[in-house]
Amino acid sequence: MSLIAGYLEPYLVLAGLLFSIGSFGFLARRNAISMLMSVEIMLNAVNIAVVAFGAFVPALAGEGIAFALLIIAVAAAEATVGLAIIIAIYRNRKTPLVDEYDTMRQ
Amino acid sequence: MPLPDTLPLVGITWADALFMLLGGVAVAGSLGVVLGRDIIRNGLLLILTLGALAGIYVMLGAALLAGAQVLVYIGAISVLILFAIMLTQSKAAPAKLNFQTQAIPAALISALLALIFAVTLGGGGWSATVYGGTPPPEGTRGAADALFGPYLLAFEIASVLLLAAVIGGIYLASLPRAGQIGAEQEEERP
Repeated sequence: MSLIAGYLEPYLVLAGLLFSIGSFGFLARRNAISMLMSVEIMLNAVNIAVVAFGAFVPALAGEGIAFALLIIAVAAAEATVGLAIIIAIYRNRKTPLVDEYDTMRQ
Repeated sequence: MPLPDTLPLVGITWADALFMLLGGVAVAGSLGVVLGRDIIRNGLLLILTLGALAGIYVMLGAALLAGAQVLVYIGAISVLILFAIMLTQSKAAPAKLNFQTQAIPAALISALLALIFAVTLGGGGWSATVYGGTPPPEGTRGAADALFGPYLLAFEIASVLLLAAVIGGIYLASLPRAGQIGAEQEEERP
């Protein structure tokens, strides 16, 4: 009998750890692409939690996977637009570091 | 010869060992993504993390989702991120500081978030609504029933959203033509 992988809590612990790591990266990194990668980690953490609930709660059997698929689609759209914006800003400011984007600071 | 029920020498089951391996790879890889200095290595470690999470999906009985994860995240988003890294990388960037000045408050906030998660997980009666045991390896049929039944509108909106994102990405990343805002600034620059 498996003691870890057969229960819900370890998956939620993993999801919480990944979400915390991703939030730290989003808040602390200077590079805009690193911030986007941290956002992807956070979205994946949420996906792990959603799929774990879908797998372990019988009332949510199919809906966990359906929601996770929708989250993946939205994440793909977000990555597309976000990276396009970063490239457009880089073309004007010649730097990917977000703390040097100070045009609107006045 | 059949495999033994538990891992030899340590006595933990195969599912537990696989979960610990994949979870450890995911956590270590995401730490590498967040803390590493070289941004190309960050992108490659992100691919490793996403692959480990696809393995976790398979363990949860969601093989369809693992396939989508490999196709969309590893195949599309990671390649997009690597291309964006290559397009925006300057020679001076790796030598500079890669954390903001507010990195310590950010670490405190993340630790607080992890503490909130830990308190929530420790305090709730999660096992009351949950059956203990390995989940059955089916779920694609149920996912299809949910996706094409009550959530059909969300599914269609997601496809329209993807189309809009593709068009918006092409528009934003294309070279600004004469008369647009970016083009005028480009003229002024020496």
